[in-house]
Amino acid sequence: MSDAFDTFDQFCGTASYIASDELRHAVNVAVALARPLLVRGEPGTGKTLLAENLASSLGLPLIRWHVKSTTKAKDGLYVYDTVARLHDSRFAGDGVDVRDIARYIKLGPLGQALDAPSRVVLLIDEVDKADLEFPNDLLHELDAMRFRIEETGREVAARERPIVIITSNNEKELPDAFLRRCVFHYIQFPTRELMIEIVRVHHPDITDRVLDNALEVFFGLRATPKLRKKPSTSELIDWICALKKAGVDLSRVSGGIPFLGTLLKTEQDVELVGKRAKA
Amino acid sequence: MLIDFLFELRARKLPVSTHEWMALMEAMALGLHESSLDGFYHLCRTICVKDIAQYDAYDEAFLAYFKDIHVESLKLTEAIRSWLADPKNLEGLTEEQRQAIAELDLERLRELFEQRMKEQKERHDGGNRWIGTGGTSPFGTNGKNPTGMRVGGGGGRSAMAVADERRFKEYRRDVVLDVRQIDVALRGLRRLGREGALDELDLDETIDKTSRNAGDIDIVFRPPRRNRVKVLLLMDVGGSMDPHAELVSRLFTAASRAGRFAKFRSYYFHNCVYNSVYEDAEFRKGVPTADLIANSDRDEKLVIVGDALMHPAELLDPGGSMYLYSHQRASGIEWLRRLAAHFRSAAWLNPEPDRFWTGTTIEVVASVFGMWPLTLDGLAASVRYLVRGGARPSVGDPAKWMKAVLG
Repeated sequence: MSDAFDTFDQFCGTASYIASDELRHAVNVAVALARPLLVRGEPGTGKTLLAENLASSLGLPLIRWHVKSTTKAKDGLYVYDTVARLHDSRFAGDGVDVRDIARYIKLGPLGQALDAPSRVVLLIDEVDKADLEFPNDLLHELDAMRFRIEETGREVAARERPIVIITSNNEKELPDAFLRRCVFHYIQFPTRELMIEIVRVHHPDITDRVLDNALEVFFGLRATPKLRKKPSTSELIDWICALKKAGVDLSRVSGGIPFLGTLLKTEQDVELVGKRAKA
Repeated sequence: MLIDFLFELRARKLPVSTHEWMALMEAMALGLHESSLDGFYHLCRTICVKDIAQYDAYDEAFLAYFKDIHVESLKLTEAIRSWLADPKNLEGLTEEQRQAIAELDLERLRELFEQRMKEQKERHDGGNRWIGTGGTSPFGTNGKNPTGMRVGGGGGRSAMAVADERRFKEYRRDVVLDVRQIDVALRGLRRLGREGALDELDLDETIDKTSRNAGDIDIVFRPPRRNRVKVLLLMDVGGSMDPHAELVSRLFTAASRAGRFAKFRSYYFHNCVYNSVYEDAEFRKGVPTADLIANSDRDEKLVIVGDALMHPAELLDPGGSMYLYSHQRASGIEWLRRLAAHFRSAAWLNPEPDRFWTGTTIEVVASVFGMWPLTLDGLAASVRYLVRGGARPSVGDPAKWMKAVLG
């Protein structure tokens, strides 16, 4: 208990990552309770960056697990490379001991996190990309923080519980049993004040006037009804970067938004915004 | 006392488990709520609520439960006391204002605050009375009253105020439906099976074959798993469906995404299905409904989207279509029955809110097809029904009012 207490309130954001109070609180609760933190939110609100910055602010190594539609839960623990063993059994020279199964066991990201000599931060990115049953298959390992490699009988158990950050894009419903074990936070789209802070971190030399103009355009775009994909924080930062590089002064530009392609990503949206600008 | 709050949450259909409640208790024992109501609001939400769609219900429960407790009175009194004690805050005030501070004593300020906190229901900016931003009321943030107390602003806001704002209303599940959400719901509509080209390594079979082959590697491939569900979508367009056009087009966008179903076909109709359905929404390319039925696999999932709202005669009379030139032989309801009889599973999605269903033709149609409202919940329920079967939602008995209408 006291150990958890010591770790409380450790995360305060980093120089390049501005976290809202609510997010900081959620992270610290997850760390103190030793439960995975499930982070959801619009794309581009910094879900993945959170894990990176948490790791760097706590000075812990980060292990990433990018989940894809074909990812299986077991891949995260370990993969038994049967094909390599099959290959070695026929073609390998004398130096290779094919009878040693452990040679062909490769730990996956979750396996590495549990096998690590010290505490790590594990990022399970876009957990909802995989099959619907995927999170359920992870329940036991995330609870007990240990697993057994069936082929060798070796038991891998975490020496110190890793800090687990799970991100989700809300594409799929996650199973209740999985949700019950997590601490949840929804990253809300930043308010104008927070956005100013965020932009300043990335573009410290930007002047108030330029920033004001850019945010005016940006929040104006976001408020456009019927937009298929609203521009996100990361797109705003890219856009400002493009504006700076090209030396465009927004207040002098008339007729259309420059580099609109960095903000809007579908033709329909570009068309829609174009029409509204003319009207 | 907090256990009642758990039941308050559960009463609002928030699926909070004992597991989570124990975690919350543990967290509070660790002091993670920072001994404040604000801290508790965030802590409890973080641990117990796992879906943005439920945040609004949480806010409601929080408001209902904590409404009448003393509004953090002790903590605030303490804050005011120390604020006033700091001489820095008094700098820049005129003699008159300093005088006013002495006059407005703490007890009275607190009483006034609590009283206004209870009375006030909305966000407030400017003005001289309510708690809010700007203005000259003694309560709020960024204001000008020299003796006022700051409420929220800067480093975080009061939980009651946050809950009261109900910022998460728009995420509620029973109302919104965008393409992505429909996408998510439709993902449930699948049955996986191996079909098609051999392009996935079948490891077990490879090892098996290889061992039989005395160690000479023999690689076996198999087709990948694909969704085998076939969908036939019929959409009502025009007339009373016009207000729902946007919603239906979103459903269509999501459903017609390439690779989603093994086979996807869609047709249009107006009002009710009669002897033709149409490939286009302008009703130019007709397809006889009888042919459609004959050419459809019985295992295709039939999904009909329509409000099923019409004059009873349009549904029940033979030749009841408004297209009088096309001589109808069977009534609308008869066509619907034929469709329902042909397809093993079918669902009707109705954009009309289900509270308006009683006493209309919707009830008649719902007695033929399982009908769900076109909301996220309704869509998810209909997908479950299409894949796994089960009971259809119950509807009222149309016989009661039909006699009266048809005479």
